[in-house]
Amino acid sequence: MPDTGIGASVKRKEDYRFLTGKGHYTDDINKAGQVYACFLRSPVAHAKVTSINAEEARKADGVVAVFTGQDMADDGVGSLPCGWVVTDRHGDPHKAPPHYPLVRDKVRYVGDQVAMVIAESLSQAREAADMIEVDYEELDPVIDMKSAENAELIHEEAPGNLCFDWELGDKSAVDEAFSKADRVAQLDLVNNRLIPNAMEPRAAIGEYDSGTDSYTVYSTSQNPHLLRLILCAFVLNLPETKVRVVAPDVGGGFGSKIFAYAEETACTWAARKVGRPVKWTAERAESFLTDAHGRDHITHVELALDAGGKFLGLKVDTKANLGAYLSSFSTCVPTYLYATLLAGQYTTPAIHCNVKGMFTNTAPVDAYRGAGRPEATYVVERIVEVAARELDMDPAELRRKNFIQPDQFPYQTPVALNYDTGDYEPTLDKALQMIDYTSFSQRRAESERNGKLRGIGFSAYIEACGLAPSAVVGSLGAGVGLWESAQVRFNATGTVSVFTGSHSHGQGHETTFSQLVADKLGIPYENVEIVHGDTGQIPMGMGTYGSRSLAVGGSAISKACDKVIEKGRKIAAHLMEASPEDVEFKDGHFTVSGTDKSKAMAEIAFTAYVPHNYPEGVEPGLDETAFYDPLNFTYPAGVHIAEVEIDPDTGMTEIKDWVAVDDFGRILNPMIVEGQVHGGIAQGVGQALYENCVYDSDSGQLITGSYMDYCMPRADNFPTFRVGMTTSECTHNPLGVKGCGEAGAIAAPAALMNAITDALDQEIDMPASPEKVWRIAQAKIKQAAE
Amino acid sequence: MYNFDYHRPNSVDDAVRARGGSEDATFLAGGMTLLPTMKQRLASPSDIVDLSAIQDMTGVCEDDGRLAIGAMTTHASVASDPLVNQKIPALAKLAGGIGDPQVRNRGTLGGSIANADPSADYPAAVLGLGATVKTNKREISGDDFFVDMFETALEEGELILSVNFPVPDKAAYAKFPNPASRYAMVGVFVAQVGGETRVAVTGAAPSAFRVSEMEAALSNSFSADALRGINIPADGMNSDLHGSAEYRAHLVNVMARRAVESLS
Repeated sequence: MPDTGIGASVKRKEDYRFLTGKGHYTDDINKAGQVYACFLRSPVAHAKVTSINAEEARKADGVVAVFTGQDMADDGVGSLPCGWVVTDRHGDPHKAPPHYPLVRDKVRYVGDQVAMVIAESLSQAREAADMIEVDYEELDPVIDMKSAENAELIHEEAPGNLCFDWELGDKSAVDEAFSKADRVAQLDLVNNRLIPNAMEPRAAIGEYDSGTDSYTVYSTSQNPHLLRLILCAFVLNLPETKVRVVAPDVGGGFGSKIFAYAEETACTWAARKVGRPVKWTAERAESFLTDAHGRDHITHVELALDAGGKFLGLKVDTKANLGAYLSSFSTCVPTYLYATLLAGQYTTPAIHCNVKGMFTNTAPVDAYRGAGRPEATYVVERIVEVAARELDMDPAELRRKNFIQPDQFPYQTPVALNYDTGDYEPTLDKALQMIDYTSFSQRRAESERNGKLRGIGFSAYIEACGLAPSAVVGSLGAGVGLWESAQVRFNATGTVSVFTGSHSHGQGHETTFSQLVADKLGIPYENVEIVHGDTGQIPMGMGTYGSRSLAVGGSAISKACDKVIEKGRKIAAHLMEASPEDVEFKDGHFTVSGTDKSKAMAEIAFTAYVPHNYPEGVEPGLDETAFYDPLNFTYPAGVHIAEVEIDPDTGMTEIKDWVAVDDFGRILNPMIVEGQVHGGIAQGVGQALYENCVYDSDSGQLITGSYMDYCMPRADNFPTFRVGMTTSECTHNPLGVKGCGEAGAIAAPAALMNAITDALDQEIDMPASPEKVWRIAQAKIKQAAE
Repeated sequence: MYNFDYHRPNSVDDAVRARGGSEDATFLAGGMTLLPTMKQRLASPSDIVDLSAIQDMTGVCEDDGRLAIGAMTTHASVASDPLVNQKIPALAKLAGGIGDPQVRNRGTLGGSIANADPSADYPAAVLGLGATVKTNKREISGDDFFVDMFETALEEGELILSVNFPVPDKAAYAKFPNPASRYAMVGVFVAQVGGETRVAVTGAAPSAFRVSEMEAALSNSFSADALRGINIPADGMNSDLHGSAEYRAHLVNVMARRAVESLS
């Protein structure tokens, strides 16, 4: 195996610049004559804005302009759209109230944009923002989803603060399954609200060139073309030819940088108004308040089983918090990316899910690492564990009993998805062996002797990634296609520039894609350059989210490489005086079978650009573009097992061991994949033990608005993760790959919470904070004593 | 951050003069609380009197069986100081557990106790060892120094020069960190010093305090078991997202026992 080809753990080529402080992020970019924007944000959660007086602010030192929602309205600026129309159970589209970049009549959450101040310096902008007088007529904030339906109305367009009442699955089949059940396990659970906390805060620079009447937007985006599409087609009404969006190095997104936000929109619009580049970088406090949050479900789930433990039916009722406005893809996350995964790895024949999407006076909620699939896995894997306890069955064996078997693929679930491939038992077996399951009882006894409670928890997750066949998502309400593009351009001297619509913000695309291209074309890895994140350079692309970059973006690159090879074959045939059908391509060389004739790829590239001796009818140049629209989702799956020890005196949970065995299909760079798994688990553990976004239920103030109160996981919270792999290659993309970016975050919360509930012998919601755990442990000790 | 005038005097006298000469002036030690507060524009001092150029406010020396530690000595310096490690290892350990390396390299002993954050670590040591706080005007007994949340016995413009810690026979500090901030949610300093047994608690209440019942029990028998059943009332304890008053009160006992256990 070459040390840089497919399957090699090549060190990430992007890391040199990141680790030496030479990355180039949006905030590192400075434009001549730039001015700084500061947003005046609502200090209250819900109020009518009766007046805004910015006279004093406009006169303040250094102030260039102050804009309000009225200024944008006067200019015809539109609403930030939600790109996915969910049709509710009555056949109506979801309620889509407008979301203006600057508010026009009401503020709807703490942090909502009230006015934009632009000044020569940032501190001048901030000081002027303080001078703006706003009269708020306060309304009761709606914070708690449970009582939102009967609370104060947030949007006139959405009675009962209900965005949609949606369902998936056959309700009558489920009712019938429950009527035949020997046993029904049930559980109420909370999927806690999270704040994404990318290391780099959101930032934007809007620049307007009056000579060409065109704009350049630098933005921390995971999908620059999508941002351009939204800015042009929906909000600012500009031709795409006049807007270039650049997303340079981006320091983490986890979903939160998919969406089009008010700030980059306002900076772009204002750049023309003030005739100077307008820059904005979020303060960390603004990130907490205004980055789209994640998760936030309350769910009741019931699982019907027969006496032997076979799953007969699953019933799920969920309320999903959408926040104050619909963020770009907020509606599809708790519906099509959630309920479709409720079959898990199991043959449950009947499944029904009802989801009510609720508006509240909180920050918008949208996709966050896993986006719907972690919520689904959490529901399925928690209720399976409850069922195992109630049936007094080994939780591993209950899962095994219900796994979809290898000969059942392709497997049509009762919730729309068609799994192409999978092999779940070997994955479970490998995980059981790695954790040394058979001796768990000895470890538990040892912990008991030390006054500690030990538990073990499983999560046999499945996810759907590689988003997604365009026609399928279109039929479900998506406003976009979810294909990907790639352009593979040989330069005359044999180096290759690859232009990809995927966008790397931590995933290591520059390395993995280079390995792929080097391997496909048989050229040195160092000769490949990956270009991404600039609509001025790359073909229209759809960006990075949903673990799609390799499965969809990589497949597009692979197709473009195939086109390059095909054209190269014609040129090589001409040079070797053979017929193209007789020319083979292997390891970077074109050869004629049965002869010793051979031409290296680099020679062919040179010939393509210096076509002195060239086949008739073939265009010069070696530069091919391909678009790839996936045929299906991909279905990575695996088993995570967590082992914990709880100190009943303090309620502290220590993770003693963690085994992750994943089936990601074919793997290009095992080191990067393992890194993605580690990061995903860390975020999943964060959700289960530490992270929790809390709003004050009376005032709607964000209580966890800084790292003093919002608890992020740290390296010392983790054991060494032990990662194993099994492989069943994806059947429908050219690479056989599935995707790995979100799996850890999808699998981890259920594994950890199942371990904690196993140790405590009682259900508990995330985050399992020390005090919550301590209270249960103390009650158990008291109970045991009595 | 708002504009301010910046002073960097070389002597205590100049510092006190600069501080007294301006309206809303403030001393700057490590700035670990002041600077973030200013950046958030929650504080807007007219003048900053930076103490970092005053040489005789830094360092550790032995003085009549006590360790005198300059107010401007950083946590990292205390944590790594050979004399502190030899004479009062519990104090070195406490300093080494404050914040993160960046905070320990900037934050100072004097700054910490003058700020009197209810969840700071140092107040437990000052109280638990019966230290004396030496200012430009007087000596203040550690027992009298911490008055309330963010409130000390210091007068307007009074400057801490050093803290004198008696060398204990034994001492230990155990803390339960707030999971988010890693400040002490409950920190307990236990010491046998000068014939006395002291138990001081930080993080749990608005201000650091001593627990006389535990001190009496440990005087009788210096063992973790002696502390079992000594429950601190939850009344008056801090309560927040991370820990109720009841939980904190419980943790005082747990951390006190762990501190004692670490000495056996």
